[in-house]
Amino acid sequence: MDLSAINPAVLFASLIVAATPILLAGLGELVVEKAGVLNLGVEGMMIVGAICGFAVAVGTGSPALGFIGGAVGGAALSLIFGLLTQYLLANQVATGLALTLFGLGFSALIGQGYVGIKPPMTERLSFGPLSDIPGLGTILLRHDLMVYVALIAVVAIWYVLNRTRLGLILRAVGENHDAAHALGYKVVRIRLLAILFGGAMAGLGGAYLSLIRVPMWTVGMTSGAGWIALALVVFAAWRPGRLLLGAWLFGGITALQLNLQVAGARVPVEYLQMSPYVITILVLVIMSAKGGRALGAPAALGRSFHATH
Amino acid sequence: MIRLEKRPTPSRFWVAATPLIAVVLTMIAGGIMFAILGKNPFDAIRIIFWDPLFDPNMSAYSRPQLLVKAAPLILIAIGLSLGFRAGIWNIGAEGQYIIGAICGAAVGLAFYPAAGWYIFPLMVIAGALGGFLWAMIPAMLRTFFNTSEILVSLLLVYVAQALLAAMALGRLRNPEGGGFPGSRNLAQYPAASNPELFAGTGIHWGVVAAFIAVIAAYVMLQRHILGFNIKLTGQAPRAARFSGVSPVALVLICMGTSGALAGLAGMFEVAGPSGKISIDFASGYGFTAIIVAFLGRLNPIGILLAGLLMALTYIGGELAQFMLGLPKASIQAFQGMLLFFLLALDLLSNYRPRLVKREGA
Repeated sequence: MDLSAINPAVLFASLIVAATPILLAGLGELVVEKAGVLNLGVEGMMIVGAICGFAVAVGTGSPALGFIGGAVGGAALSLIFGLLTQYLLANQVATGLALTLFGLGFSALIGQGYVGIKPPMTERLSFGPLSDIPGLGTILLRHDLMVYVALIAVVAIWYVLNRTRLGLILRAVGENHDAAHALGYKVVRIRLLAILFGGAMAGLGGAYLSLIRVPMWTVGMTSGAGWIALALVVFAAWRPGRLLLGAWLFGGITALQLNLQVAGARVPVEYLQMSPYVITILVLVIMSAKGGRALGAPAALGRSFHATH
Repeated sequence: MIRLEKRPTPSRFWVAATPLIAVVLTMIAGGIMFAILGKNPFDAIRIIFWDPLFDPNMSAYSRPQLLVKAAPLILIAIGLSLGFRAGIWNIGAEGQYIIGAICGAAVGLAFYPAAGWYIFPLMVIAGALGGFLWAMIPAMLRTFFNTSEILVSLLLVYVAQALLAAMALGRLRNPEGGGFPGSRNLAQYPAASNPELFAGTGIHWGVVAAFIAVIAAYVMLQRHILGFNIKLTGQAPRAARFSGVSPVALVLICMGTSGALAGLAGMFEVAGPSGKISIDFASGYGFTAIIVAFLGRLNPIGILLAGLLMALTYIGGELAQFMLGLPKASIQAFQGMLLFFLLALDLLSNYRPRLVKREGA
């Protein structure tokens, strides 16, 4: 094995790219869970976003429209979840699973004609001479726009959740929906909007996979990224800043194992491919051993709300 | 304006009727989906639901397939339903299924080419044990560290899939296979094979096991204190704890049983219909079984019927793939849709819709 072939700056740069899809999806799910809703359909929304984004980008030739298409696709799927859980009071765990199963099948159905096509290239931004700074330039300043969108979203979501009235209302709904209802907030409507936001973010994450990270459409291409994003929210203790750290950690593991494969590690490829999932489980165990409530899990997480009057 | 009134207990009528209505609605919605894809919806529905059983040219092949496909679904779904009743979500049955197959096949292959009556039973034990131990990972983590069994069991599916690929390419690869991935074919190794027991019926040991599991689960839920405790924990967790039900024991029992049954299903599959460990051995039974469990209302008899129906959509889906060029995935979308309709209609079991006049505010 030739470890010297791994360039740390390039590794860091690919870490950030690898982290972006799960960061986007994780941020969306974080907002959904803060509103007291557990949507286990992230994987399904991501893959529908991946194919919708891919199809729109190929059809129009514009990656930017592709990302919008991905977000719309993810949000449309999440609307099914929203209607079922908020208005028809269906069990959130079961509905989320149904969303994932349906999304995997449905995306393969739309994606039939798109296998083996190359999407239009997404341009990388250039910050002029700044991008040529050795190390830092490679790591931070030569990415595509979506990487920066994701980073800005971290700050924006932190700000909205913690410093605005909107965030306060959202958290109130997630902590105690009966009290929020009594105060006159429209619990169901707020939750539905949060679910749509989560769907759009998951769709963006999926579109990032099919348009930039891979870039190609293959059936089942998310391969568990949605579930890792869900685990990430627990790891982050429902805080956007820690979510970023977590996403980079998992991005780093993914990038590193790919680099090790290329460098010709003596371990069979399959064991390297397992590593992100195994490490996700280990991190989950460490985090949850401290106790979910103490970490800041929203108190009404996963409970249906039915106004009796 | 319609208002929902919570029923004191779920309506028996709607609990039984919703799966049937959901199937009909799915057929309609699926027909629309097929029409959008440019296929004749009536042909598609007939090919999926009718032809596998009654078409004179097809039924000879597909009728036995019904039991072959239903057996793993029913076995896994019976196990899952116990946990789902108690609010324990093992959604990684696919992983337990794979590990059961790997363990069962490994034991069989270790004896190759010896003959002996004891080989197949040992494989059965290994398969069940493999699935059991794989399910014990999320169960232990849940009981000791309070880690979400949903996420852990699901993430372990991806680990199991990687392990399957590693086995097919590595330790279990057929030494006489010319370097191709995949193990020896167990179906051609009599001491380790799981053959069709009655020619033309599709009945193999897995089908027998599935029927036993249905009966055992039925008796347990109706007549045994464990079944009562499981139901009680699902309906009133606090009451269950006060009456001395140990939540820890329940998690271990439910997860362990479902893991062992999924492992068994995988083992019967690898020794029979599939024949060998290969990269594409996993076929999603573990996930479809979740739909089967819900469609069967977590009731053993219901699961038996739901498993047969789901097996029918699998076979019909293959037929539609072949006759209409429908993509394989459309069946998965179809199955997902079924679950949506079912969950939506569940509202009627738990709530009574009432028309009320809008009051003055």
